[in-house]
Amino acid sequence: MFRFIARRLLETIPVLLIIVSATFFMIRFVPGGPFTAEKAVTPEILRNLEAHYGLNQPLHHQYFDYLGKLAHGDLGPSFKYPNRTVNEIIADKLPVSLELGLLSLGIALALGLTAGIIASIWKNTWLDYTASSLAMIGICVPTFVLGPLLVLFFAIHLGRFNASGWYDWQDRVLPALTLGCVYAAYIARLTRGGMLEVLNQDYIRTARAKGASELRVIFKHALRGGLLPVVSFLGPAIAGILTGSFVIETIFQIPGLGREFVTSAFNRDYTLVLGTVLLYATLIVTLNLVVDVVQVWLNPKLKFE
Amino acid sequence: MRAHSATDPHAPEAGRSPWQDAWQRLRKNKIAVFGGVVLILLTLLCAFGPLFTQSYREMDLDLGPVGPCADHWLGTDIHGRDLLARILYGGRISIMVGLVASLVALAIGVSYGAIAGYAGGKLDTVMMRIVDILYALPFTIFVILMMVFLKEPMQAVDVWLGELSFFGWHAFDEMQGVGKILLLFAAIGAVEWLTMARIVRGQILSIKKMEYIEAARALGYGKARIIFRHMIPNALGPVVVYTTLTIPAVMLLESFLSFLGLGVDAPMSSWGTLIKDGAEKMEEYWWLLVFPGGIFSLTLFSLNFLGDGLRDALDVRSAKD
Repeated sequence: MFRFIARRLLETIPVLLIIVSATFFMIRFVPGGPFTAEKAVTPEILRNLEAHYGLNQPLHHQYFDYLGKLAHGDLGPSFKYPNRTVNEIIADKLPVSLELGLLSLGIALALGLTAGIIASIWKNTWLDYTASSLAMIGICVPTFVLGPLLVLFFAIHLGRFNASGWYDWQDRVLPALTLGCVYAAYIARLTRGGMLEVLNQDYIRTARAKGASELRVIFKHALRGGLLPVVSFLGPAIAGILTGSFVIETIFQIPGLGREFVTSAFNRDYTLVLGTVLLYATLIVTLNLVVDVVQVWLNPKLKFE
Repeated sequence: MRAHSATDPHAPEAGRSPWQDAWQRLRKNKIAVFGGVVLILLTLLCAFGPLFTQSYREMDLDLGPVGPCADHWLGTDIHGRDLLARILYGGRISIMVGLVASLVALAIGVSYGAIAGYAGGKLDTVMMRIVDILYALPFTIFVILMMVFLKEPMQAVDVWLGELSFFGWHAFDEMQGVGKILLLFAAIGAVEWLTMARIVRGQILSIKKMEYIEAARALGYGKARIIFRHMIPNALGPVVVYTTLTIPAVMLLESFLSFLGLGVDAPMSSWGTLIKDGAEKMEEYWWLLVFPGGIFSLTLFSLNFLGDGLRDALDVRSAKD
């Protein structure tokens, strides 16, 4: 197992390198630069700015310069926030997105797993139909409809919780609920499907025949295999949740990384785009590795290759 | 003389293709049929409805935003434009983006997956590694960069279309903004093909070992013919299912891009731009969010139900993997 993990970790280095390089050259070929949007910059100032950030160097020179700094963990200065480095911005914004993400993930797992398991145990009963319909609603109602509707109902109509800001727990309820519901819906569907597949297997019948209680059959025998689809979904999903959802952070005015993620692309803030892309890619690659390990652990038929 | 009487024990039974079987199963699935019917109705409404409603772009600033009433069944927006007309017109664009971008994704994904699966070996490894790497890229950034990157060329297309005249007749004058829509097709299609490629590759890998492929090869058919005439048609089940499920994903992405302000430009509308505008004004004018959001969700519902029904009918197990 450790050899497997070590080999996979080594493999991630070229993957990340390719991603960084592709992103680097892609944003450079987009017309305009970080300073073009600014109003009335004289050519002289523009030259000075570009010299200051090394933008007047040949492209390949800048590329290797960036990689060199990256090797030391330095993501470079931001082009849009004067006197701030990308490292500082990420250190500043990531914890907010992490907190929101973990809250949402908790809600998503609690709601999704419960609904999925209930739906699979009482298949084709009203419990199943209710849970499945709710899950379908969660998938089909986009966050930017659900979020404003929740605000309309709770914050404006009932006067509960807050519609925007990020100070105390009242600010956290609605955004975490909005983001959590979407993922809960996917998790519920995957859990139901996975459980139904497993509940038809011979070893479940054997367990029942040996007199195991239904609770034991579900939680001890079925759940392990039934969760496999959920686990493979959670890898990329967690990466998305933790790096922040642009929509949620915009609707609820949360100072998280998701907004930086998107605005940096609009602003051509080269280093910030690269930094956030790299962070996201690292998370995805790492989480996929975790998913693979967990899958082997859950499914004895699989082996570490 | 060949005569088959009903009692003839040697008469061949009327065969039923797997597609006919699937159709029978699908018809029994009430909720999938419901989804299909709703989709057809919505498409017809969006296609022909705007011929009968008020103009989607004519403003009535004196009127301003009013709630649902006899003159305007779904109310009007802040510029006094009829919301029903705007929703139906927006539906044209949203449905079109959903269909065309999915077809783009379908074409890329199927060809890519089929080639990788058929070639096997090193080429397969390299091609699927590329897919893995693309999976690790955050797509939103990708699409945003593409939209920003290609904005100017697309505006050039618009200008070119506007100036295009046949003996003084400006045929495409009304088609301002088409460049943006083409851009949406390309950008969304370019990021949605990955899962399709994986599914098709998996299918091709298993079909490759079948005897009829061996037979085709023995008959001396070329590679292209074997791939496109024999393998792809037999891999179609999961492809159909996944395409039905791609359309709602694409429509969601389109509405997300509209939310970012990258969707179609006013006075055009899509469901995404309507929802975005509605969400900004919902505190005073709830109908601006509720009606577009409702009809959008209903469409996604129907597509998902139909997709689920198709999956059960075609007995595709791994369509979501």
